[in-house]
Amino acid sequence: MSQIDAPRPGAAAYADQVGQRLRRGGAWWNDQHVRSLLYQVAVVLAVLAIAGWFASNAITNLSKAGIATGFGFLGREASFGIGESVIDYSPADTYGRALLVGFLNTIKVAVVGCILTTFLGTFLGVLRLTKNPLLARLISAYIEVIRNIPLLLQLFFWYAMVISLPQPRQAANPIEGVFLSNRGIKVPGLVLDESHWWVAGALALGIAGTVWLVRRARRKQEATGERTRVLPAAIGLILGLPLVVGFLAGAKIELDMPELKGFNFSGGMTLSPEFAALLIGLTVYTSAFVAEIVRAGIQSVSHGQWEAASSLGLKRPKILTLIVLPQALRIIVPPMTSTYLNYTKNSSLAIAVGYPDLVSVANTTMNQTGQPIEAIAIFMSVYLTLSLLISAFMNWYNKKIALLER
Amino acid sequence: MSQLATDFTSAKNLVGPPPSQKGGLALRTWRALFGTPLNGAISIACILALAWFIPKTINWLIIDATFSGTAQDCRKSAGACWAFLGEKWRVMIFGVYPAEELWRPTLVMGLFIFMVVASMFKSLWRKELLYAWAVTVPVLLILMAGGIFGLPAVPTNRWSGLPVTLLLSLFGLVLAFPLAIVLALGRRSTMPLIRMLSVCYIELIRGVPLISLLFMASVILPLFLPAGTTMDKLLRAQVAVILFAAAYLAEVVRAGLQGIPRGQYEASDSLGLTYWQSMRLIVLPQALKMVIPPLVGTFIGFFKDTTLIIIVGLFDFLFSVRAPLADPLWLGFSTEAYFFAAAVYFVFCFTMSKYSQYLEQELSPERRR
Repeated sequence: MSQIDAPRPGAAAYADQVGQRLRRGGAWWNDQHVRSLLYQVAVVLAVLAIAGWFASNAITNLSKAGIATGFGFLGREASFGIGESVIDYSPADTYGRALLVGFLNTIKVAVVGCILTTFLGTFLGVLRLTKNPLLARLISAYIEVIRNIPLLLQLFFWYAMVISLPQPRQAANPIEGVFLSNRGIKVPGLVLDESHWWVAGALALGIAGTVWLVRRARRKQEATGERTRVLPAAIGLILGLPLVVGFLAGAKIELDMPELKGFNFSGGMTLSPEFAALLIGLTVYTSAFVAEIVRAGIQSVSHGQWEAASSLGLKRPKILTLIVLPQALRIIVPPMTSTYLNYTKNSSLAIAVGYPDLVSVANTTMNQTGQPIEAIAIFMSVYLTLSLLISAFMNWYNKKIALLER
Repeated sequence: MSQLATDFTSAKNLVGPPPSQKGGLALRTWRALFGTPLNGAISIACILALAWFIPKTINWLIIDATFSGTAQDCRKSAGACWAFLGEKWRVMIFGVYPAEELWRPTLVMGLFIFMVVASMFKSLWRKELLYAWAVTVPVLLILMAGGIFGLPAVPTNRWSGLPVTLLLSLFGLVLAFPLAIVLALGRRSTMPLIRMLSVCYIELIRGVPLISLLFMASVILPLFLPAGTTMDKLLRAQVAVILFAAAYLAEVVRAGLQGIPRGQYEASDSLGLTYWQSMRLIVLPQALKMVIPPLVGTFIGFFKDTTLIIIVGLFDFLFSVRAPLADPLWLGFSTEAYFFAAAVYFVFCFTMSKYSQYLEQELSPERRR
């Protein structure tokens, strides 16, 4: 695609050019630059006028209705309960904390979901490309069905599925320690104590060490062309180091298994029905889009690349990691960015299944305080910030892997 | 020269005949499915999965299903309860639209689908088609709203079901499109303030979920209007959908504008055309033609997204499909209702997506030559 990059002078340069034209004489209203300046001023004034009209109407309407403005309500007591929370929360806490709880719930579903979607979508996308016609058609039928049904409908369906699961007493028990019931999905939790901090520290150290090793190996390859094996060292650092440290610190691997006591379960970790429905629905829906992105990415690498690499004597796994994937990623990353963004934005549909995400908490807040402008401004700016952060990160990553034309 | 000739003949001898394409369809299918051990294993696993899934589905859909009767009849069998749909299909499709006037939304849907199908034929892409649409759109609105020509007026809070979904998507696209073109041109303008405004608008709208715009339209927009003015609830949702769609369509149009070679801009400049003339006569016709397939794709997204209006309390198709689920006589048949809704949405979206693939081939430059 050819892009038209006309010179785009800044405001100062503009004023300068306009001045020069005027000094040269001629009707000023026929000057291209004067006209462009006038158009711009007119448009900006029109936009400002509309905004001002809206604002003055809003001020009149609000003062007539006796509604307070400003963010003072954030410090007041929320006095509504929230179904689930990552941090401690009670109805006695403030609106500010309630919104924070909602925000963390949004982050929770977005982070867990984006990771699951990436794996599921990549898996489907690769399967879609198998040489086996039966499997490829099955997968593509599945993808078509999922992509062409509205997300909200799918969420309602999954929620209906989850809450129609049996009572805890008759819970389905597909694997040891996992219970599916209408109270949500129960999975075993890990009993944590202080010794696990050492393990986490060792893991962080191991990852940092691996990153350093990989970088050193890359520098060496660029300088000398020699490839160093980092995989054994990486496994040792990431798996071995935490294990050794955990053993020395006396960390135990003890699972907290969910158990049926009375009418409900105790122990283990719970995915609430709302969270489970939202996570499953969003992940299934988005992974169909990811699958198409991954497929397009892999297909974009021409067959000649495989052939050229194998004529250089590289083996298939090496071809995949050294030749094909780096090129496919260039195609895959930009649309993946918008997919992650969409996932995060779509998680606002949580309100439809009753998962207390940011929009849902903000909705309760504005119903109670009667201050919709502030509540909506809060969640809009949060989403906008998240969007800008994700796209900034992805742009940085994209630039890093982009084709360096020498 | 002779050296070269011998080289050619020897090369010819090295290259064997092309791999045999012998064998009928059955043999080729057999090879594709069971040619290698791995392929065979995958095929067997797929066949086993299908053998488990297909009979179960057919049992549920047809064999064990109840096609007529009451909820009690349905509960006796293990299959789907199509009697539920038979009882409730009017409500599911038309929602709370007055029962005695149902011919009107039926006609609206018929006319709408007829026009859309007619617009799909490339041979009909002429000025007359635009005129036909220009006539159809007011007719659709008059049929729905009534109040003239002896049709009883139906207030918009009774508009519901599939007609609302279709109208919301149609007006969303038609009215968002001019705005999208202005935004796309603004984003590529050489005037810095105009460009900045367009970029801010597009990125702001694309950065927030549609729900937040719908909330704004339903809760905040009334506050922004002078005291005493009321704006229809459905119209407010429509405004939100238009503003939302415009930002996404603008990016699609921009892609088209970027695909026009610079020479076209320069040529129209050198002919002495003004900015608007060159856009209208030279650039936009080419750019818009290029982006028709992605436009259809974007439209599928909006069509699915119109379901979100039920969150701000409006009655689209998904809402009216869910409404009968609360009937105490017919509790517990949500799967059938969702299946019906999914089938309807799927038919619409799948047709459009196949059509966009067809268009992509039809309009591709290689094909045009």
